[in-house]
Amino acid sequence: MKLNVNGNDRNFDGDVRMPLLWAIRDHLGLTGTKYGCGVAQCGACTVHADGQALRSCSISVADAQGMRIRTIEGLGADHRLLAAWVKHDVPQCGYCQSGQIMQAAALLEAIPKPTDADIDGAMSGNICRCGTYQRIRAAIKDAAGVA
Amino acid sequence: MSERKSEERSSRSPVLTRRRLVLGGSLLGGALVVGYTARNIGAVASGALSIGAQSPDPSAFGPFIKIDEAGWVTVVNKHQEMGQGTHAGLAAIVAEELDADWEKVRLESSPANAAIYKNTVMGIQATAGSSAIAGSWDQLRHAGAAARAMFVQAAAGKWGVPVASINVRSGVVYHAGSDRQETFVELLADAAKVTPPANPTLKDPKDYKLIGTDLVRRKDSQSKSNGTARYTQDVQLPRMLTAMVAHPPRFGGKLASFDAGAARRIPGVVDVFEIGSGVAVVAEDTWSARRGRDALKITWDDTKAETRSSHELRALYRDIANGKTDVTGAAFHTVGNVERAFDGELFEASFDFPYLAHAAMEPMNCVARVDGRKVKLMFASQLQTMDQINAALTAISLPGMVEIETLPAGGSFGRRGIMTSDYVVECVNIARHVGGGRPVKLVWTREDDMTSGYYRPMVHHRISIKCGDAGLPAAWRHHAVAQALIPFGANEIAVEGIKNSPYLAVAAVVDGKVFTPKLAVPPAFWRSVGNSHTAMVLEHTVDQLARRAKRDPAEYRRAIYAKAGDVRRLAVLELVCKKAGWAGPIEAGWARGLAVHECFGTVVAQVAEVSMRGGIPKVRRVVCAVDCGVAVAPNQIAAQMEGGVCFGLSAALYGRITLDRGVPQETNFDGYRVLRMDEAPSVETYIVPSRRNPTGVGEPGVPLIAPAVANAILSLTGRATTGLPFVT
Repeated sequence: MKLNVNGNDRNFDGDVRMPLLWAIRDHLGLTGTKYGCGVAQCGACTVHADGQALRSCSISVADAQGMRIRTIEGLGADHRLLAAWVKHDVPQCGYCQSGQIMQAAALLEAIPKPTDADIDGAMSGNICRCGTYQRIRAAIKDAAGVA
Repeated sequence: MSERKSEERSSRSPVLTRRRLVLGGSLLGGALVVGYTARNIGAVASGALSIGAQSPDPSAFGPFIKIDEAGWVTVVNKHQEMGQGTHAGLAAIVAEELDADWEKVRLESSPANAAIYKNTVMGIQATAGSSAIAGSWDQLRHAGAAARAMFVQAAAGKWGVPVASINVRSGVVYHAGSDRQETFVELLADAAKVTPPANPTLKDPKDYKLIGTDLVRRKDSQSKSNGTARYTQDVQLPRMLTAMVAHPPRFGGKLASFDAGAARRIPGVVDVFEIGSGVAVVAEDTWSARRGRDALKITWDDTKAETRSSHELRALYRDIANGKTDVTGAAFHTVGNVERAFDGELFEASFDFPYLAHAAMEPMNCVARVDGRKVKLMFASQLQTMDQINAALTAISLPGMVEIETLPAGGSFGRRGIMTSDYVVECVNIARHVGGGRPVKLVWTREDDMTSGYYRPMVHHRISIKCGDAGLPAAWRHHAVAQALIPFGANEIAVEGIKNSPYLAVAAVVDGKVFTPKLAVPPAFWRSVGNSHTAMVLEHTVDQLARRAKRDPAEYRRAIYAKAGDVRRLAVLELVCKKAGWAGPIEAGWARGLAVHECFGTVVAQVAEVSMRGGIPKVRRVVCAVDCGVAVAPNQIAAQMEGGVCFGLSAALYGRITLDRGVPQETNFDGYRVLRMDEAPSVETYIVPSRRNPTGVGEPGVPLIAPAVANAILSLTGRATTGLPFVT
C-alpha cells in the first residue's frame, strides 16, 4: 500500500494495524517524529494529516491511508517557526520539540495571530519535561508577529 | 510451547553478581556524588579500568580541542548533554581563552575513557551533581589558553616579532606593530608544532568577551528544532533488531515460567528468551517487538517482591521516625547537649514525600552490539565509567573494551545516571544472546519507563524546634527516613542541605538523625536529589517559625542569615525581594511565597505569586535570584531556572507514584500528571555578580518552587502543607 508523506507516495508493506508513528520511524526512516507515550498524551509524535495536527501514535497505517501526512522533515527548512525556535534558544533536551513545532505550525495555519489563550488551547497537549513552555510561547508569538 | 527457566541462558552468574556488587558498590557509589566520597576510589577506577579504552582523535591541542583546515574549532565534550545546556558553557570556556570565533566553534562527544575524560570532581566519567561547568572550569580554561599560546608562538616565530606584540581576536592572530594578521587556519601547521605550555596565562575575567554574555548560545537549537538531532531512539543500523522486555510487575519479583508460543508466531518476531531482568522479545521492528511481548504468557514469582502499598509504607516510615521499629537512626548532625533542650513548648511538624518517576520525554533505551568480548554501546550515557564497568561484567569483558558513543539524551533528570546501569545491562544481555555483533536496540515503552523503579525515594521528615530569642531556632531536632541511594555510607544524601543550613547554624542544640529502611523498590538520583525534599522541609518550616514569631518571612530569614554570617543567602534574598516587589501590594486572592536554598554550591532564592483555583495552586510568576559564581552562559542559567521551576512545580503539584500491593499505579502521562503549557508560570532570572568559580545550575532551580508555593498558600489560607503533592 501507499502512504503519502511529505508530498511523496511511499510504499509500505508492513502490518497495516501498525501505528503511523512506527511506520514513519522504522519503515520510512523519518526519525524526527518522536515516541513519547504511545497514548496521545504527550504530543511528541505530532504530524499533520491533511493540514491538521495529529498524534501519529494513535492512528493506524490503515486509517492514515489516503491522508496527506506531513512530518517535521517536510515542514521546510525556511519555516518561520524554526528560525524563532533558534532565536529564542527554545530546546533543552529537544526530544519534544519537533512535535511542539508541528503543533505550533498547525496553530498558526488556523490562527495566524494567536492570543495567549489560543496558544494555551493549542499547545497544552504537548508535554515538555524540560519546561521550555514560556520560550515556546515567545517563539510562537515572535513567528506570528504578535507582541 | 513452554520454556522453563534455564541457568545456562541466564547470562549473569552468581559469581558475576557478587563481583558486580563489590566493584559496583565501591567504585561508583563512592565517586558519584559531589562531596560524598572518596576521590581516590575514583582515581583508581579511572586509571586501572580504562586500560584499552578508546583514545581520542590525535590533536596537537590536546584531548579537548581539535582545529581543522576549514577553521572549525571542535570542543570535545566529555559530559552528557541532556538538555541542561552544559555543552554551550563548556564550548564558551574554551572559545574565550582561545579567542576563537564563536560561530566557528562546534562540539562532539568524547569517547568513554575515564583516564582522560573523568569528571574532575568525581574521578569517573560522569555528568551529575550539577558539576560539569564547575569541574571543567580550570581544565578547559587551561586547554583553551594553551592552544591560544601555541598560535601566538607560531605567529611570533613566523613573523620574527615578540610574543608580547601579538593579539588574538575571533580566530585571527594580529601583530600590534604592523597590519600583519593570519587566521588560525593559516597558522595551523606551525601552531601544531609548538610545545603546549604547561602553565598558560589565563585571562583576567574583566577581559572576557564571551563568558557572561548572551552571545553564548546553544549549539544544538537548530538540530533539535528541525528533527535532525539523533537520539538513541533514532539509531538505525544495518541488520539491527529491536528488543522489548517483559519485566516483573513488582519490584523484587522473579520469572517463574513463560510460554512464548504465541509471541513467536507474531510476524517479525525473531527470538524470545529469558534474561536476568525478565523475558526479552527481539524483532525486526518496534511494532513487532511490542506485539510479541503483548502475546507472552508469563507467571511471576513474587516470593521476594515488595507487596506493600504506599499508604502502608507511609505509616511504616512514620513509625520509624518515631523510633517504633527496629530501624535505628544514625546521627548526621549533633550540636550541644540534646538532653532537656527540647523540654517545654515546641514547634512540631512532619512531612511526607512520595516516590517520583523521572519521566524524561525519551523513555529509556540503548543500542548494543556484542561480538565476543567487544562491546559497542550507542546511547545517552550519563555515567560512562559505570556503564563500561557494568556492561563489561555482563559481557564478561573488560571496561576498556566497552566502547560508548555518547548520544544526546531526551531528558534524564537522573534516570540515565543509574549506578547499576539497569537498562544498559539489559540491552547488553540481549545483544550478547543475539551475538555475532548484531546490533540490538532496546526500546522501553512509556509504561516500562514509569514502572521501572529507580524512583526518587519516598521520604518522611519529622522535626521539633524550640525557639529562643526573637523567635529564632534555639534547638532543632530533625529525623528523616529515606532509602539510601548508594549502598554504603551514612545516607547523607537523604539529609543534604540540612546540616549546613543557616537555620541549624543559629541553633545551640541540633539533634539530626537519618533512618535508612531497606526496600526492594530501587531508588535513584532525581534532579536536585536530596534537596528535592529537604528544601521543602527547611523553607516551609522557616516560614511557619516566622509566622509564629509574627515576623515577615524575608525579614526573619535576613536575621538568621546575618547571625549565621551567610552573605550569599543574604545577597540572593535582597535581590529576589527587590525584583519581585516583595514588600509591595498584591491583588486580593493572590499571595507571594519565598524560599532560599543552596544546592550543589549554587544559592537560589525564588518568590512565587500564587492563587488557589478550585483547590489547585495557580502559579503565575516566579522570580529567581541566583548566585552560581561566574555566570558563564547567562541565557542557559535563565533556561535552567525556567526549566527547574517547571520540573519542580510538576512534582509539587501532581508528582506521585503510588504502589498498590507493590504495583505502580501511574503508568503513563494520563495517570502521572505533569505540568503543561497552560500551567507554566513566567519565570524571571536575576544573577548575582560574582567572581567565585562557577557552580552548576541544572538542579538548583528545582527544589525551591514547592516551598515557595507552600509558603504562599500559608500566607493565603493560614494552612501549612504537610506533604507533597499539593493536588491529591
